[in-house]
Amino acid sequence: MQAWIGRHAQTALASLGKLAESPLATVLTVLVIGVTLALPGALQVLVKNALTVSGGWQGATDFSMYLQPDIDRAAADQLGNLLASRADIADVTLVDADEALEAFAENSGFGAALDALDNNPLPHALVVRPIASLSPEASALLKQELENLPEADIVQLDTEWVSRFQAMLQLVRRSILLAAGMLGLALLVVIGNTIRLDIQNRRDEIEIMQLVGASDGFIRRPFLYTGFWYGLAGGLAAVVLVAVATALLAGPVSALAGLYGGSWRLSGLDLRETGVLVAVGVGLGLAGSWLATARHMRRIEPK
Amino acid sequence: MIRFDNVSKRYPGGHEALSNLMLDIDAGELVFVTGHSGAGKSTLLRLIGLIERPTRGQVLVDKRSTRGIGRRGLAAYRRDIGMVFQDHKLLFDRTVFDNVALPLVITGLRPRDIGKRVRAALDQVDLLSKEKQRPETLSSGEQQRVGIARAIVARPKIVIADEPTGNLDPELSRGIMTLFERFRDIGVTLLIASHDLSLITEMGHRRITLDRGRLTADSANPSGQQAFEID
Repeated sequence: MQAWIGRHAQTALASLGKLAESPLATVLTVLVIGVTLALPGALQVLVKNALTVSGGWQGATDFSMYLQPDIDRAAADQLGNLLASRADIADVTLVDADEALEAFAENSGFGAALDALDNNPLPHALVVRPIASLSPEASALLKQELENLPEADIVQLDTEWVSRFQAMLQLVRRSILLAAGMLGLALLVVIGNTIRLDIQNRRDEIEIMQLVGASDGFIRRPFLYTGFWYGLAGGLAAVVLVAVATALLAGPVSALAGLYGGSWRLSGLDLRETGVLVAVGVGLGLAGSWLATARHMRRIEPK
Repeated sequence: MIRFDNVSKRYPGGHEALSNLMLDIDAGELVFVTGHSGAGKSTLLRLIGLIERPTRGQVLVDKRSTRGIGRRGLAAYRRDIGMVFQDHKLLFDRTVFDNVALPLVITGLRPRDIGKRVRAALDQVDLLSKEKQRPETLSSGEQQRVGIARAIVARPKIVIADEPTGNLDPELSRGIMTLFERFRDIGVTLLIASHDLSLITEMGHRRITLDRGRLTADSANPSGQQAFEID
């Protein structure tokens, strides 16, 4: 067993040494693998962060309840107090029609146009915040109940767009998986082709090994280790590339978050994702070299 | 030990390198194979090493037909046969030691034992002092001796050598042949293709002669019956 490990370690180191003999070609191949793996890795980071941010928004499940235009301030107040006493509602805020118009005039720049109106077209509105533990089903029921009130005109769930955004992110996430699959296939070809050239360059050596009685497995082993090293180095290169990209974007992202009053920060690859990226690299390296040796080594016969 | 049972070998393109060859070689025999170039000497040796397969007939080695040996069994089969090539077939990016060690490394022998046996083999071909050099720094004769050390290091039952003295001066050739005699003395079966007739005659071992793929003379069977029996 010990001897077996020793032989494998020796083969692994010898393969590494062979790669070090032609550093430029090795670095280029590793970069190709690294960049290809970094692409889905970076997209994963992007989606993950977008999900985190939109998840924060999801917590705010406020309803905007626009009242009928003929409801006056006192009736609106009364309704607000009534609703606030319900067990499934945490808080109700009244948005006065006149205050809303004022704020709109100020923020929209339509001040002069609005002055031309005889009366305020806006109704009073209630912002209803349900209790945090309310399930989506109960929330939908509540919405329906509010809509059925005679005073209510329109009830809007403010977070509907958040759900849509998250659904879109799920779609993007699925697309990333598909893209990653295709890129993986491309990597298999790249690594397989590199090993194929290596096999052709060492044809004489393989023939001599066959003549002294080396088994196919023995001859194949150094090429498998070469694929392993390519995959490992490529995976690590991808991790570094994603980390660099994350670091470069962290500044602008926190500035953007600050402008929106948020404080979230860009998070890079976590330990698990790093592990997956490196493992995928190693897996593709081994698979690519295995395919290349299976396909091309058998064609070599000593002459 | 080795038996050719009515063996013919025709290469793609129609050239028949061996025709209806009948040959028996006992264990521990040293046999010289002679003949003009193209007479089929190399083909005969390559059929034993399973580098070629016969078109007709079969080759038996150690009472076992080689016909059933497929790709999987080939490696194990070749470990029992030491091969010496005219063009040496050495790995030029490895030291003399590593070249000779190759047949032992593939069997998974422990490094300590490998060292011992490689040095013993190098000592026999008188190259112990050059174990750390690379083959290209050696003369052709020395490279040939590295090839011989590699062929015998795993103590094979059979050694086949194709023109092992082809590039050597008479003095060195004699040395190499004496070396082969020593292997014969410890029970190894040897087949050596050579056209160095004066040396072969002088050594006086069994000698078979091929001419255009046919066995035309066998010193162990002077009447030449074998050759005519088949026609």
